Amino acid sequence: MSSMREAFLSTTEEVLDADPDVAVVLADISAAQLAGAAQRHPDRVINVGIREQLLVSTGAGLALAGLRPIVHTFPSFLVERAFEQIKLDFSHQEVGGVLVSYGASYDMTTAGRTHQSPGDVALIDSLPGWTVHVPGHPDEARRLLLESIPGDGRIYLRLSAQENASPHLGVGFTRLRTGSRGVVVAVGPVLDRVLRATAGLDVTVLYASTIRPFDAAGLRAAALAAAPEVVLVEPYLAGTSAHWVAEALSDVPHRLRSLGVRRDTEVRTYGGIADHDLAHGLDAGSLALSIKDFLQG
Amino acid sequence: MTTATEPGYAGLPRLISLMTGDDKHSAAAESTVDVLWVLYDRVLDVTPENFREPDRDRFLLSKGHGPMAYYAVLTAKGFLAEAELATWSDPVSRLGHHPDRRRVPGVEISSGSLGHGLPIAFGTALGLRARGLTGPKVVTLVGDAELDEGSNHEAIVVAGRAGLENLTAVVIDNQSSTRGWPGGIARRFAVEGWETRTVSGRDHDALHDAFTAAHPGRPLAVVAVVEPKG
Repeated sequence: MSSMREAFLSTTEEVLDADPDVAVVLADISAAQLAGAAQRHPDRVINVGIREQLLVSTGAGLALAGLRPIVHTFPSFLVERAFEQIKLDFSHQEVGGVLVSYGASYDMTTAGRTHQSPGDVALIDSLPGWTVHVPGHPDEARRLLLESIPGDGRIYLRLSAQENASPHLGVGFTRLRTGSRGVVVAVGPVLDRVLRATAGLDVTVLYASTIRPFDAAGLRAAALAAAPEVVLVEPYLAGTSAHWVAEALSDVPHRLRSLGVRRDTEVRTYGGIADHDLAHGLDAGSLALSIKDFLQG
Repeated sequence: MTTATEPGYAGLPRLISLMTGDDKHSAAAESTVDVLWVLYDRVLDVTPENFREPDRDRFLLSKGHGPMAYYAVLTAKGFLAEAELATWSDPVSRLGHHPDRRRVPGVEISSGSLGHGLPIAFGTALGLRARGLTGPKVVTLVGDAELDEGSNHEAIVVAGRAGLENLTAVVIDNQSSTRGWPGGIARRFAVEGWETRTVSGRDHDALHDAFTAAHPGRPLAVVAVVEPKG
């Protein structure tokens, strides 16, 4: 099985070959893998070098000229470094594009903080109208990319080295398990460990690979059918979607526990992904403890 | 396109005074007014009739602050009604202290934050080329102090190497950059492969020549020198 990144790159090549209105902008990252596509489509595969402000603004300019841009690099550089370009050159201009990152919160564990981006979704969430895809499997990444190409929406597609064993190609919140004591929401790559953590618990498990727009109706229906006790498990900053949960259940007395990447400290750990999962309480064992503790509270 | 009913260049000071309420803001005091006039009157193929057409020329005002001269020229060219100018910055108005492309007809980008116009123009010029639209020009206006923003330098390098002939940057040089540009602004562009022309930002014929003479295979930087910022 290929990785999400490989699925993205091969699907992008297919799209470039098939659709003359699609262009890709790169800042050296992934340029070698797309060298063949760049040879076939020199006007539509643009590598600006290590210039992330220009990367994002170029994508917006391409959109203004009538093309559908795919803009790609690591999330620290795509979303954090060039955030004003995203805010003004895409959102404020009201033009569309598909921003694709690979690296997530801590895929590059030995690279340290510079290559970790747990705040990317929260930053994008500060802008209105963006669709945010957080696939949990390469097949989901492929489909979400293909679905992002038509139209002129503003899309953030967040790819990760972490993934689940099987794809779940649903829309909004997909109910994977039904229970009565509460609702656990799993976003993207955390699904399999959420399923392990909740094995034997009488809870509903919802899964989303698209977290914006937030499926408030789906959450509300699940919470009213079970109990208004919600655990949110996200693979980026803890509580990034908490305000949407509060909004969805604003007229229902409810409790919420938000799990995700720690906000209270910068974890200065190298090692592997499993070490970082443990440090953030995002491994299956830690999740099981947190969820049981919350439901008993 | 000029018709008998258009105010023309001589009418711009009056249009500007409708916004400022102050005749001392004469056209001569506006650093951009002559460049804007020459572009819209003699260089760009963009009109109220064609500004939604894919093959129009594009003008991207990067230096979005102080847009009175811009609004005045757009009014003189029929994009805006003169009556709107007096309402500028009111809650009812479409005309803010920075232009908004979603509100003002003919405005290609919403600007204000410095250093965005040239990078966006780079992308637009690439995009037009990729679509086979080789005719339209993409012209962006930046200030000499705005060039301090590093995003411009990212665009200067890559546009120069890409030989983007359909891209023009016009730099209004009123010598307001904090650290200055040793050897002149044009040199910053020239070393990256741009064709450069430095002319008086008040000389309409010199500006016209600078904008329209051929520069095959290279983007064009026009440095328009005006009075130092007072």
